[in-house]
Amino acid sequence: MTALLSIRDLHVKVGDREVLRGINLDVPAGEVHAIMGPNGSGKSSLAHVLAGKPGYSITSGSVTYAGRDLFALPAEERAREGLFLGFQYPVEIPGVNNTYLLRAALNAARKHRGQPEIDAYDFLEVVRGKARQMHMDESFLSRGVNEGFSGGEKKRNEILQMLVLEPRLAILDESDSGLDIDALRIVADGINSLRDPARAIVMVTHYQRLLDHVQPTQVHVLARGRIVRSGGPELARELEQRGYDWLLEEAA
Amino acid sequence: MTAQDQHLENVLARGYQHGFVTDIESDTVPPGLDEETIRFISARKKEPQFLLDWRLRALERWFTMKEPHWAKVHYPPIDYQAISYYSAPKATTDGPKSLSEVDPKLLATYEKLGVPLHERARLAGVAVDAVFDSVSVATTFKAKLAEAGVVFCPFSEAVQSHPELVEQYLGSVVPYGDNFYAALNSAAFTDGSFVYIPPGVRCPMELSTYFRINAAKTGQFERTLIIADAGSHVSYLEGCTAPMRDENQLHAAVVELVALDDAQIKYSTVQNWYPGDAQGKGGIYNFVTKRGECRGRNSKISWTQVETGSAITWKYPSCVLLGDNSVGEFYSVAVTNNRQQADTGTKMIHLGANTRSTIISKGISAGHAQNTYRGMVSVMPGATGARNFTQCDSLLIGPHCGAHTVPYIETKNPQAVVEHEASTSRIGEDQLFYCLQRGLSEEDAVNMIVSGFCRSVLKELPMEFAVEAQNLLAVSLEGAVG
Repeated sequence: MTALLSIRDLHVKVGDREVLRGINLDVPAGEVHAIMGPNGSGKSSLAHVLAGKPGYSITSGSVTYAGRDLFALPAEERAREGLFLGFQYPVEIPGVNNTYLLRAALNAARKHRGQPEIDAYDFLEVVRGKARQMHMDESFLSRGVNEGFSGGEKKRNEILQMLVLEPRLAILDESDSGLDIDALRIVADGINSLRDPARAIVMVTHYQRLLDHVQPTQVHVLARGRIVRSGGPELARELEQRGYDWLLEEAA
Repeated sequence: MTAQDQHLENVLARGYQHGFVTDIESDTVPPGLDEETIRFISARKKEPQFLLDWRLRALERWFTMKEPHWAKVHYPPIDYQAISYYSAPKATTDGPKSLSEVDPKLLATYEKLGVPLHERARLAGVAVDAVFDSVSVATTFKAKLAEAGVVFCPFSEAVQSHPELVEQYLGSVVPYGDNFYAALNSAAFTDGSFVYIPPGVRCPMELSTYFRINAAKTGQFERTLIIADAGSHVSYLEGCTAPMRDENQLHAAVVELVALDDAQIKYSTVQNWYPGDAQGKGGIYNFVTKRGECRGRNSKISWTQVETGSAITWKYPSCVLLGDNSVGEFYSVAVTNNRQQADTGTKMIHLGANTRSTIISKGISAGHAQNTYRGMVSVMPGATGARNFTQCDSLLIGPHCGAHTVPYIETKNPQAVVEHEASTSRIGEDQLFYCLQRGLSEEDAVNMIVSGFCRSVLKELPMEFAVEAQNLLAVSLEGAVG
């Protein structure tokens, strides 16, 4: 059985700079993979490229998602096919109602799957339940998308969106950064509630502390655009103690 | 050019959807403007002497005036003697008594525009005074309005039925010599709408007029006069689209609003005239004078406009805040695309004590368009305690357009509080990608971002108009990505 996400020798440039230099990665359904690594190692670039953000040119390699060529799909199709990116810096969209965007997003996916659209009333029930789960006040639902949210609120809002959209592949780009201990637990609980034999989760993170709450199947270390080490959860603990330098030296 | 820019250009290149010409015989005077033309129009409309005299004074003044060129708009010289100043659908010399007497082709025109007149009127509870070219051809809901004592009729009808009101108020807010276009309109106006709300009456429905420009080379000189007597309330809606033309068409309307003690007037506009083709050829020139006077104490006048059409827009709906404690508001969304040019804004003239004004302007520019906000806040010595808040935001879509903000602030009262906030932004690639990543199409994403940007203005529109405005924004900017 092939992995839900399968990356083969992926090379990516931003302008003249090569940011990914031959990534190989398989993420089977049911697994949670953590991607760690020093700043500037290409973690966010990998997340962005998978989600289809403009500005990256793919120079070689391939990515298969659910048996399809990922790069043949525009960004919105990837999303409707169940690929979700939790943003590191969620953008503010002033005046656009948070619930409205989320319902439009869910309905875009439902339409894509040939399901009827969900009406505003039923949707409100769903989203209210998820908001409670994320310990978010209902007032967040009627505010502008991320408008005036604190850093932690934005991150929780990302996880709320993920819970509503129920993606097959969630790529979470530093969903733990800027969170206090209570918020970290809420975010982690949210991620854990999505774990499912049919889904996969890829978490980009700097810190062990998220992995204390969300036990990864595998941990990969990205450095200078390559995966330099893969292992089990114990690898993350080793990194916590030893830092990245020894790996970088080995890789050099 | 990036793929995204290419896509943007493609979608922006969409044609105007309301372009067609209705084939109706017009009764049109030969081009040119002189005393004879004015006398012809006035006689044709069986006008009283005072009105003819007023028109002739306006014409005399107009001959001495020069076309203004201070606005940031550019267009070839207009030959005012090449324009025909009167055109009436032929069969309607006596005016239809009911909808069944209206030329079916006219009704079909409204159908194409999505204005099923009687249907819409009945379902939405909106009284519609439809202006086709220069003569009003259908009026509905008159009985219900008459019951409330409200006068809502074509201007020419009001001249016959309520000459004393016309004589008292016409030109009292916008004098015939106010500006070049106002003088031209005062001399040559053919019809328009007239509203009078008696003291203490809350108008039982939204009033609405659909303007339409149809006959070739016919300038449109509409005249609207709305009087809200003491303690009355009225909400007036104006919306319009025009058929496709090769020649630029001049539109120089005048709208006058008068609010007496404790009266409130809410005037909403959705304007979607033909903007010209991608090169800017053939669009409407919209040179309009709109002004309201809060003549009485505690009165309030509120302008809300969504402007997406016309090749050139030159328009500054203004409020003269004469009565103590009176309130003026201006909420505007102006969208320009392709080669469109808009120079629009407002004037708030504070004369009375404790007068307050609010200006919220949202300019959206795409393609090669230029969008200018020009506004004046003027506080006179007697306006103790006057306050103004102004917010001007510009949104740019694509690399070739421009946004400009030209605020004039003049205070002659040291206690006045005048605040001005301004911002210019582009639709961020990050915002767009965020929406795409959630599965929205590019069109939906841009619409959503633009609607969000305009939210504080759109919420001021009456409900049924807000939906129309939202659709219009979507059509005007579909896929416009920066």
